Amino acid sequence: MRDLRRWLLSLSGLAAFVAVWALAVALSSTHVVPSPWRVARGLAELAVTGALFKHTIASLFRVTWGYLLGVLLGVPAGLLLGWSGRAARTFDPFIQLFRPISPLAWIPIAILWFGVGDPPAVFIIFLGSFFPITVASMNAVANVNATHINVARNFGLSSYQLVRRVLLPAVTPDLVVGMRLTLGIAWLVVVAAEMIAVNSGLGFLIIDSRNAGNRYDLVIAGMVMVGLVGLGLDVVMRRVERFDGLRWSYGAANTADAAEGARP
Amino acid sequence: MSAGAPKPLGRAKVKLAVHGVSMAYPAHDKPIQVLDKIDLDVREGEFVCIVGPSGCGKSTLLNIIGGFVQGTAGEVRIDGEAVTGPDRRRIFVFQERGVLPWLTVAENIGFGLYDLPPAERRARVANYVNLVGLRGFEDAYPQELSGGMKQRVEVARALAVDPDVLYLDEPFGALDSITRLTMRSELLRIWAAEKKTILFVTHDIEESVQLADRVAVMSARPGRIQKIVDVDLPHPRDLSDPRYLAIRDSIFEEIGIAHRV
Repeated sequence: MRDLRRWLLSLSGLAAFVAVWALAVALSSTHVVPSPWRVARGLAELAVTGALFKHTIASLFRVTWGYLLGVLLGVPAGLLLGWSGRAARTFDPFIQLFRPISPLAWIPIAILWFGVGDPPAVFIIFLGSFFPITVASMNAVANVNATHINVARNFGLSSYQLVRRVLLPAVTPDLVVGMRLTLGIAWLVVVAAEMIAVNSGLGFLIIDSRNAGNRYDLVIAGMVMVGLVGLGLDVVMRRVERFDGLRWSYGAANTADAAEGARP
Repeated sequence: MSAGAPKPLGRAKVKLAVHGVSMAYPAHDKPIQVLDKIDLDVREGEFVCIVGPSGCGKSTLLNIIGGFVQGTAGEVRIDGEAVTGPDRRRIFVFQERGVLPWLTVAENIGFGLYDLPPAERRARVANYVNLVGLRGFEDAYPQELSGGMKQRVEVARALAVDPDVLYLDEPFGALDSITRLTMRSELLRIWAAEKKTILFVTHDIEESVQLADRVAVMSARPGRIQKIVDVDLPHPRDLSDPRYLAIRDSIFEEIGIAHRV
């Protein structure tokens, strides 16, 4: 019952937005901005022709590879930089210099190196993922409680054991959050990257709908789809944050009193 | 390694010897002297408390003795051997912050037992779970426990590896006063059963006189051992015994604070 009310409240915000949009379009009698109704018809049209599915899969494909490459290289790099002061001093300036460069600034170089098609897009998404996840991993190591490292030293753990039994479990919650935020960035980047140098994907769909006849209903339909997929990815990653192996890391502070009461 | 039958501590051998330990931190004009030529001998099986006002360097001293921090001068010897780093035979008990939150109670207690076969490890863990009264909480995560229970997990984890020496750095400081009293008598019970050498840092004078065989009183900045007081009273100690009160008051006077509120 309470869940239902919460849902209705969330939906009512969205409904109000759509209503204002429809009203504004009707009152201004514009022919450029489509009404919500025309966007819905546009979405249906794209779904029926199969274009929606095809472009969504194309975008997800590029994000998957670019993101996985970024995570596979960025997490170990960040952990190493966070752990070793010497590595940090050597590579930190490099990272700090490259991080503020938008991955989109790399588009010309990406095309120069990788030509057209998927590889330059994957490269751009890789860049968009690599720096955020590297920095998140560095910070995760910096946040490790020094007492826990001392405990490991006191009990005589080897370096390998210290990494496996203390460092990795300690950084995992922060890493998972970093991976979720990074996936959001990767999804932002793919749509922009697809506006250049490829002829598939949701970014292409949006830009192509405008270029091929100012179909703004399909432009907005593409934007809606980008939003829905992005939301879906975030929901999946939040599930990962809640997986059972990380049960220790999120709040059960309220159970402490219960445990106290049950003390023998 | 067991001490065997209890013998008068006066004749027990010196377990831990601190010689001329100093510690100074660099600062922009001149280094800040935190510890100044500390000497202290602790005999095998002895319970020694180090008390002093906050900032007197007692925690730093314990960290140097534990091998986590290098002093700027002097040395620490245990069984005649110089301390160069932390060691599994001497476990440091942190103020409940040392419990690893991603491990259950049982996994925390078994943390140092990685070279034992699983069956033996389970038996050892079960034994220490019982000793500290945490039966039924084996599979709980630390965040589900109260502060006192977390502290017991740390003590059990330390005892499970059968160390010769325990270092406790204000272990009960974060607990409420009732839990603190319970934990003190539990620690004494465990000490009597396990015959460990214990070095216990506290700012609580009452606590030190209730627990220790000897109390080392430190002065502030730079930290020096001002006096070592023998507490020659049998356990359990009667807190209204005039001798207890006399010893307690002498330490209050030594530190130079009135004990009337």
